Amino acid sequence: MLNFILKRLGLAFLVALTVSFISFSLLFLSGDPAIALAGEGATDQDVVAIRELYGFDRPMLVQYASWLVNALSGDFGESYYFKLPVSSLIADRLSVTMLLGLCGISFALLTAVPLGVIAAIRPNSIIDRFALFLSVAGQAMPSFWFGLILIVAFSIKLRWLPPSGTDSWRHFIMPTVVLGYYAMPAIMRLTRAGMLDVLSSDYIRTARAKGASEMRVMFKHALRNAIIPVVSLAAVQMGFMLGGSIVVESIFALHGAGYLAWESISRNDLPTVQALILVFSMFYITFTFLADVLNAWLDPRMRSS
Amino acid sequence: MTLAPSTNNVDPLLQDIVGPTPGQQLRRRFFGHRGLMIGASVVAVLLVIALLAPVVAPHDPYAQDLLARMKPPVFLGGTWEHILGTDHLGRDYLSRLIYGARVSLLIGFVAALISGTIGTAMGVAAGYFGGRTDAVVTFLINVRLAMPVVLVALAVVAILGGSLQVVIGVLGLLLWDRFAVVMRASTLQVRGREYVSAAQAIGASTPRILLSEIMPNILNNLIVVITLEMAHAILLEATLSFLGLGVQPPTPSWGLMVSEGKNMMLFEPWLVLIPGAVLFVLVLAINLMGDGLRDVTAPENRS
Repeated sequence: MLNFILKRLGLAFLVALTVSFISFSLLFLSGDPAIALAGEGATDQDVVAIRELYGFDRPMLVQYASWLVNALSGDFGESYYFKLPVSSLIADRLSVTMLLGLCGISFALLTAVPLGVIAAIRPNSIIDRFALFLSVAGQAMPSFWFGLILIVAFSIKLRWLPPSGTDSWRHFIMPTVVLGYYAMPAIMRLTRAGMLDVLSSDYIRTARAKGASEMRVMFKHALRNAIIPVVSLAAVQMGFMLGGSIVVESIFALHGAGYLAWESISRNDLPTVQALILVFSMFYITFTFLADVLNAWLDPRMRSS
Repeated sequence: MTLAPSTNNVDPLLQDIVGPTPGQQLRRRFFGHRGLMIGASVVAVLLVIALLAPVVAPHDPYAQDLLARMKPPVFLGGTWEHILGTDHLGRDYLSRLIYGARVSLLIGFVAALISGTIGTAMGVAAGYFGGRTDAVVTFLINVRLAMPVVLVALAVVAILGGSLQVVIGVLGLLLWDRFAVVMRASTLQVRGREYVSAAQAIGASTPRILLSEIMPNILNNLIVVITLEMAHAILLEATLSFLGLGVQPPTPSWGLMVSEGKNMMLFEPWLVLIPGAVLFVLVLAINLMGDGLRDVTAPENRS
């Protein structure tokens, strides 16, 4: 087990390192970052001054190394636009995104797991079809459009919910639904498939044969085993969702890290963008790592792979 | 597919014994799958409309008429002159939707083609050669999955400038992960089969084995992933354009139309509802088609 954890940890570290290099090299995608930063109408002297100020005249690998060393100690440089340290900018905004992500994944699990279980217990019933419809629609629904529809319906027409902002829990209802709906189809399908699989297994037949009640069979024996892959999928989805929060946050004007990402991208604020890509990737890497470990802990067969 | 003789001119008594040919079986499964048929029909209709856009569209999608701004659609009291009304610059909404279908389908198709080529090459190599190649490819897949797609795509488009080519290129270079995962798994399944061993035994070259033994047998899975990833690319393009960092105005893109309509959402919600609904229907139809193709071609469904 320890061996497995160390191996996965090493792999996660390498992935993080590679991602950090990719996000750093975005700076050089535009050609000369000093020219881009100086903006239009800058003189040659300005460009040279900026190049020296930000250290763009050094070899790229040297710049990467110094950026990485600083990043490891939490220093991502200063934002071009906000003129503030990037790390404090992100730290300020991250709590909103984390809260949104947690609400979103809870919403997805609370709707998808019961639906998936019922759909598996009664295949081809109305609930099964409804669940299938929800998941097929969810995979095709553009989240920005879904968000706007909710605003039209619940903020403009019915006036039940505020369209934007972060002042109260009511501001989080629509963003939670939009973000959660994004993760729901996959979780529901996996719950349904897992339950169907487990319900036809020998130990369920044994449990029924020894006279266990149907409730006990479902929850004590079946769901416990079917839920294992769902938990790790939820962790992975959580990682994806944080990265996808940029859309939801920009629609509902939730001032979280996703909104910051959108702002800094539209303003060519590269240090902030680089740091955000790295932060969101780290979340994904951490969540998948935890999911792997959890899986191996719950199911010894996984440890060998 | 049609190895068995055609049953058309066979003695009717014999026909029962011969049974349907594999080709007939495939066609029966194909046409008997409701989701696949609905999805494929909708996609086909939209494709024809997109291809014939200059003929079908009632107006020039770029022509502005500032005297006829934000006319409502026919069913909300508008005129037949502008069936779906006009936008904030007086451009015919239906014509922009029709030309927008071109943008969506083109981006989806080319991006899926690029990412399909990259992902298939990686996945097949990893599955066939195994060992170090497999380790490297698996690592690259992990790196790719760890990067937030929307964020990276937005950042690259912002740096390079939003044009059709850039958006297609960025999506093509970002969406290869599912191809690599599925093609790797399919190749792993196939590479131990007798016909592959037979080809290896008679001394066929590796490219030959990959192209004429492995590829034909994993093609069905590839087609399914191409369909699903095309839907994914179309959704992402719309998202990028909605956020203002995809296809640039005045190009008619559905995501961009939703974004432009957003400011007038309070009074004219149809400006947002219509393009989003069309996008939803197209992606839904492509997904139905992909899921259907998977059902129809999956070996476990063959009795």
